[in-house]
Amino acid sequence: MITHDVLVIGAGLAGLRAALEAQWQGADVAIITKVHPVRSHSNAAQGGVNAALEAGDSWESHAYDTVKGSDYLGDQDAIEICVREAPQDIVELENMGVIFNRDETGKLGTRNFGGASFARTYFVADITGQAMLHVMYEQLMKEQVRVYEEWFLTDLVMEDGACVGVLALEIRSGRLELFRAKAVILCTGGLGRVFEPSTNALICTGDGMALAYRAGAPLMDMEMVQYHPTTLKSNGVLITEGARGEGAYLLNANGDRFMSYERYGATNAMELASRDVVSRAEQTEIDEGRGIDGCVLLDCRHLGAELIRTKLYQIWELALDIANVDIAEEPVPIRPGMHYQMGGIKTDVVGATSVPGLYAAGETACISLHGGNRLGANSLLETIVFGRRSGKDAAEYAAARDFAALSDAKLRDEDARIQQIMDRPANGERTAGLRLEMGQAMDQHVGVFRDEAGLQEVVGVLQGLKERYKQLPVENRGKVFNLDLVFHLELEFMLDLAEVIAVSALDRRESRGAHSRTDYPERDDDEWLKHTLAAWSADGPQMSYLPVTITRWKPEARAY
Amino acid sequence: MAIEARLRVRRYDPESGGEPYYQEYETSVPEWGTVLDALIQIREEQDGTLTLRCSCRSAICGSCAMKVNGESALACKTKLVDIAPDGETVTVEPMGNQPVVRDLVVDMQPFWDKVQAVQPYLQPAGPPESGREYLAPNDAMQHLSGVMNCIMCGACVSECTVLEVDDKFLGPAALAKAYRFAADPRDDKTQERLVDLFDMDGGMWDCTHCFECVQVCPKGVEPMERIVKLREMAMDAGLQDHNGVRHSKAFSDSVEHSGWLDESQLAVKSFKLTSVKDQLGNMPVALRMLMAGKMPNPIHRPISSVREVRRVFDETERQHQQQVNESTSQKEA
Repeated sequence: MITHDVLVIGAGLAGLRAALEAQWQGADVAIITKVHPVRSHSNAAQGGVNAALEAGDSWESHAYDTVKGSDYLGDQDAIEICVREAPQDIVELENMGVIFNRDETGKLGTRNFGGASFARTYFVADITGQAMLHVMYEQLMKEQVRVYEEWFLTDLVMEDGACVGVLALEIRSGRLELFRAKAVILCTGGLGRVFEPSTNALICTGDGMALAYRAGAPLMDMEMVQYHPTTLKSNGVLITEGARGEGAYLLNANGDRFMSYERYGATNAMELASRDVVSRAEQTEIDEGRGIDGCVLLDCRHLGAELIRTKLYQIWELALDIANVDIAEEPVPIRPGMHYQMGGIKTDVVGATSVPGLYAAGETACISLHGGNRLGANSLLETIVFGRRSGKDAAEYAAARDFAALSDAKLRDEDARIQQIMDRPANGERTAGLRLEMGQAMDQHVGVFRDEAGLQEVVGVLQGLKERYKQLPVENRGKVFNLDLVFHLELEFMLDLAEVIAVSALDRRESRGAHSRTDYPERDDDEWLKHTLAAWSADGPQMSYLPVTITRWKPEARAY
Repeated sequence: MAIEARLRVRRYDPESGGEPYYQEYETSVPEWGTVLDALIQIREEQDGTLTLRCSCRSAICGSCAMKVNGESALACKTKLVDIAPDGETVTVEPMGNQPVVRDLVVDMQPFWDKVQAVQPYLQPAGPPESGREYLAPNDAMQHLSGVMNCIMCGACVSECTVLEVDDKFLGPAALAKAYRFAADPRDDKTQERLVDLFDMDGGMWDCTHCFECVQVCPKGVEPMERIVKLREMAMDAGLQDHNGVRHSKAFSDSVEHSGWLDESQLAVKSFKLTSVKDQLGNMPVALRMLMAGKMPNPIHRPISSVREVRRVFDETERQHQQQVNESTSQKEA
């Protein structure tokens, strides 16, 4: 048994920031992560990080943009905390070494981003997430925080309703280990692999969300799945919103900037309306026959080769590598693609879940900062603000408590459970096959537009897959670096989460933010200005509701 | 249009007790398909035991560096149509200079230990008085972003010809990381960093300029160029007492003086003239060269257009001085 005061699960930006804070607060902290920290998916955030730091900007403006972007589902107390603390966190990142873009006086410079009424996005070319993640990892090396690298979490350990540790598999050796802790912070990121295709990395399998759900912490607003407006058709890879922030156009097959059409309600912001609005417009263009091979076009040509080289280099390279398009020379075909989970483990503003000792931060959590639709460059912000806040509170929680008495029985039981999976006979089924069926069904019916029939169909598909999962074998029988086993265990997590998403989407009979029901096309504030909450039960997700916290911004019609 | 991919993959299972072997696979990928797409497809549809690291599929996480047809690359950035347009067999092997754990997975702990050894974090003098950001020119930040582009994939280390024979060498990735801080106008420990890397066994002078790291880096970081910069910075900072400095000075002095390289003098001047041990160490090589008739002519005459060579030197020196002045004023700002 290994013992630490605070265990942070996951080593993306939220996890690293939480661990640093807990260490600074004097806790004995360790990180458990299934990949090396710099391999985490925070890397992929291209465009930037928001803060109202410039003269002329205000936290109220940032808060309002976020509230409006959320389609009034974001909790305004959480939003206010986040945007008011944002400037100090950006300064801290710069002081740590992030090489943010500067203006001509050497101060931090900004760019425009979708849904924002002020240019408040701080950035490092189009590698902002990478530049932040690597600097945060530098700080981790400086502080010599203990990292259990390439360890996979198989379960949370519960005692009297509180989380008191975790069970994790050392991938390199195949050894299962019991970790005892006073507090556990889940920073395991998103669940993109539940959908196919997705912009997310292959590691984004929602592990923390699923484990918390099973442990009794409810998941909130899980129907709110963001489809990003600009992804490459071939493999779902992301093209940053920074491209539109720098002035790129969206064109349909007729060469029209369709965002100017009255019906999309974005005649002012055009391409820089919030993501749900742009993705719906694109999907409508495609569905009504004004697309090209299931795509619309992103046109960067008028930005000029010099700007593309200095500010959009990575996407120039990606488009060339994957779509064989030089964005300086011709428009690149793009389409909406699954990108982000606004929902997650319900937490308060210090990251605490409803389970004592269990915290969550980052995409895994739902505070709710993003409500029905996340603004670009608010997710990096969320990781550092709420990573920090959860690290601090978890350290304080741990300092006030003793370790629970744990026996090795939990370890033996978990070992036996995994051995039973390993011993299943081959039956012709493969993990990847089941995942693909799940992902395609989710993309087809739980995508930009949804309706009752499609959602019912998905629920049926998922029930079938869950049955088949019970017999699903592991092909690789070895101990050392058995990723086949890891993928198998991840699939169980994802099947749970897919079910929660579909059931929550069925439940919310209105259209709000990223959740667009063709059978309920209007936002319904009388009935549905509330969070959905899904709790685990043997019969599937049990739905309940929570009011939205509204402090000063009353719901209005949304136009950009 | 699909591409028929034929992959020959180096397999190794430490639990089998057997030696590494090659296994051939065939699969069909879309025309934009990469080596990684093919490997994932094989893993998902044919052989769940095939083991590799990969995650983002877009050359940002740095997980999938491996040898493709003998040269290190990111599998996710290597399109099959570019390397095997007619369905040629593609050989896929784990990275070099790092112990293999299983199949294409290597142990990167030595890599991270070396990164850790260069104090890889900003060490400013103190927080800015403004309570805000440090002021820094955008040019300096953009220059650093060329190095921050490094995703720590290990491809450079895999190909490093020095690491093949000397595992103490910090290697291209760690030294590029060191340069990133030495060149940061916000860092206050540049001199200490340079002194450390100057004197250290395995530090800045152990690179042999073979260009392999520049060639294979999937992110254009050019680690070797950063190592060269570290040397220039060290020499500009007054650090002189190293055979590396003597060697590069002897090299450039000879070319400036005569327009070409005086190899016999280079051998002598690359070492401290007063070091009897070093100078005697040259003798066996000199003797062998003499026996083999390879000893350069001791009479070294300038080339006819030596004046033009000297003008090139003067101009280069002038430009370099200008750069030094600029970067000094940046640091002070």
